[in-house]
Amino acid sequence: MGAAPLRAWVLAIVPVGVLLAFLAWPVAVLLAHSLSGRSVEVLQQPSVWRVVGFTLGQALLSTLLTLAVALPGTFVLHRYAFPGRRALLAVATVPFVLPTVVVGLAFRALLPPSWVGTLGVILLAHVFFNYAVVVRVVGGLWAHLDPRYEQVARALGATPWRAFRTVTWPLLRPAVAAAAALVLLFTFTSFGVVLVLGGPTTVTLEVEIYRRTAQLLDLSGAAGLALLQLGALGVVLLVSARLQARVAVAQRLRTDPAETTVRPRRPGQLVLLGGVLASIGVLLVAPMVALVYRSVRVGDGFGLAWWRALADVDAGTTGFSAPLAALRVSLGYAAVATVVAVVVGGLAACAVAYARHGASLLDAGLTLPLGTSAVTVGFGLLLAYGRPPLDLRGSWGMVPLAHALVAVPLVLRTVLPVARSVDPRLRQVAATLGAAPLRTWATVDLPQLARALGVGAGFAFAVSLGEFGATAFLARADSPTLPVQVVRLLGRPGEQSLGTAMALATVLMVVTALAVLVTERLRAGRPGQL
Amino acid sequence: MRRPVAPWGLLATVTLVALALTACASGSGSGAPSGTADVTVAPPASFAPTTVRLLTHDSFAVSDDVLADLAARTGVTVQVVTAGDAGELVNRAVLTAGNPEGDVLFGLDTTLLSRAVDAEVFAPYRPAALAEVSPKLREIDTDDAVVPVDYGDVCVNRDDRWFADRGLVPPATLEQLADPRYRDLLVVENPATSSPGLAFLLATVARYGEEGWTGYWERLRANGVRVVNGWTEAYTGEFSGGGGRGTRPLVVSYASSPPAEIVFAADPKPSAPSTSVLTDGCYRQVEFAGVLRGTDRPEAARAVVDWLLSEPFQADVALSMFVFPARDGTALPEVFTRFAAVPPEPLALAPEVVAENRDRWVEAWTEVVLR
Repeated sequence: MGAAPLRAWVLAIVPVGVLLAFLAWPVAVLLAHSLSGRSVEVLQQPSVWRVVGFTLGQALLSTLLTLAVALPGTFVLHRYAFPGRRALLAVATVPFVLPTVVVGLAFRALLPPSWVGTLGVILLAHVFFNYAVVVRVVGGLWAHLDPRYEQVARALGATPWRAFRTVTWPLLRPAVAAAAALVLLFTFTSFGVVLVLGGPTTVTLEVEIYRRTAQLLDLSGAAGLALLQLGALGVVLLVSARLQARVAVAQRLRTDPAETTVRPRRPGQLVLLGGVLASIGVLLVAPMVALVYRSVRVGDGFGLAWWRALADVDAGTTGFSAPLAALRVSLGYAAVATVVAVVVGGLAACAVAYARHGASLLDAGLTLPLGTSAVTVGFGLLLAYGRPPLDLRGSWGMVPLAHALVAVPLVLRTVLPVARSVDPRLRQVAATLGAAPLRTWATVDLPQLARALGVGAGFAFAVSLGEFGATAFLARADSPTLPVQVVRLLGRPGEQSLGTAMALATVLMVVTALAVLVTERLRAGRPGQL
Repeated sequence: MRRPVAPWGLLATVTLVALALTACASGSGSGAPSGTADVTVAPPASFAPTTVRLLTHDSFAVSDDVLADLAARTGVTVQVVTAGDAGELVNRAVLTAGNPEGDVLFGLDTTLLSRAVDAEVFAPYRPAALAEVSPKLREIDTDDAVVPVDYGDVCVNRDDRWFADRGLVPPATLEQLADPRYRDLLVVENPATSSPGLAFLLATVARYGEEGWTGYWERLRANGVRVVNGWTEAYTGEFSGGGGRGTRPLVVSYASSPPAEIVFAADPKPSAPSTSVLTDGCYRQVEFAGVLRGTDRPEAARAVVDWLLSEPFQADVALSMFVFPARDGTALPEVFTRFAAVPPEPLALAPEVVAENRDRWVEAWTEVVLR
């Protein structure tokens, strides 16, 4: 007894309920409605298997490339103390939330035209978008690994590399596995990047599902493909969840940055720092600078005309609201989505960490929303909740709920490695001293989770700000959100349309960076010092 | 919850009757043909302060005062509900046929018309104002399920400055796009993922026929046509004209893109756009609206369809959505009359022909152009 402060199944009620109600049920209803002989026929077409092959191949390549580029970045951003570290951490999160259409134009502006449409550009764009995933998910654990383990190894004569390989890496592995699974999931289901930067021949399964569902209304064919995608990703997630659970190690986490960061002084450290800064500059910052540049480029000179147009109703696309009205709409959705995602994701992380049975299943199930195409869930919701007494179509809450569904897996991934690492002996001590389960959880677990929850909240907020697919699909009667407004502006000719879209994209970037900075400072008090 | 409780109901009724009377009075008093048409459609009972959900696509826009005008005249408030792009909009309407998400749908185009009509998405309604609609648009067979509201042409746009700088005469016909003089100059959208892309494919089918169109695309491919997935990537990313900074001076866009270039240009506005329209080989797209079958407020929904065909709305579409009004004799803004191209003989295919062959054509196109 005493290993888990609260019963896992109690914690799991809310996350599982949300998952069943808003993901499993709608998808099941849609599948029941559309599965037919044609769903199987589709899977026998060679062209479909070409799509599957391309989807899997580019996802694996993207994941490896992203890890290779982002892991050194994660280390530097979390373990080195240098001026501007926090700001840079926030900046590195921004790409994750930018609308793909905007990023597509930025990449087009920077790269030679002959590159566009190639696999290489898609991989680059995937690194751009997913850098933050690795930095956040792995960083959540790496930031407070106890440095003394490695110091002991070094004192015993290990080289820095050996100390990393034999001491730090095994402790880090669960988080790396979690991040890799997420990146694989994101790139496997890549939609916008592939449409905007890929050529007409680079088609992923997700694009094909969308095309069949939303454009051709070939629901049977789409259902076959959706099942194939869900099945494939379900297997990936289960394997990854088991792997993570197996390699998880209970350890004392340090929560004081003064203990866990060093000021880089040695030549090797400075080279690493320089390399990471350069890669962030070229890969992440340059495309963003290209957007800002286009927002102040007016005619053949420079000016703020497009920034002024942000407040001009005539520059908007609805006829009744200015482009900047989207900011208020987006902030409202993001606030609600963040609360929902942090509560559901936090409970889920604890449930998975404390569960003795079915943890992998719960973990994989809660991550599956990321592997389900927005259009499948969207059409499913139309069918599942479209009749009185429960007609949820067009209700305001659907948008933040959809955002939260996308954000829950990210909160879960961020918090889970930390929840798993909480030393059970601390809980046993608390229990022995007479603390009730809830009190044990509140005094032992929560303080250690607080920082990860803060990081998760920032992530959820950013995800909501940037979400495009589901937002554009869910019927809404108010002004568009920031990304939707940007994309609509880009769907119109004229220099003002482009310039205003770029100015609004810059607003989106700045707000995202600020939100991440703020939520990370909102850690619930000073974490407990035991 | 929608129905007001007793005292409010009474107050509302009184207000409505007053409103209805005012509406009638102004309608008969002004003698304007549009006014009388509007008033006769809906009996006063339906003038309850009803909200009508207008289900439409992301590109819908309408001026504030035109919305306010409807509310003032009829008591009907329109709530604009956007539901994805035109394809998503129609398909979700098909999926929810009989149990609609809104009361009126606007934004169904000719390529999707048959699918929606066959699925009985709409409750038939034939507004009086239909008589004012251009006869050519009325010819399209819609079973009275929907009415044409506006139209636009998908045409190749040219960057005139690019051609002038090189002393090259810009192409003037669809056929010339395959001329080696214009090698590597054209960018088109993928018909599998883009609505103008599909329209341009249909234009080539309409021009060259079932036997000849793939041959034309083979020649375009040999002439270096570039394919991208969407309009934004083509026009803003690849096209050298307009606000874009790409390298190709020919792009598939709309006949109304040049006036939009002026309206959304930097101040001081240029006196003329730097792009022009190749008026040969344009494909005409018509947008329709209709009352959704299953709405619980059919009278008010019909009033909204009337409003879509009313003079104020029709006069507004040019500058809000950059399309042409369906109603004959609607005055166009100057920027349209001067710079928008009106193709003399736009190409079009019957909606049922498109519905029947569309998937097959797109697949054949993919085979010829991309493989």
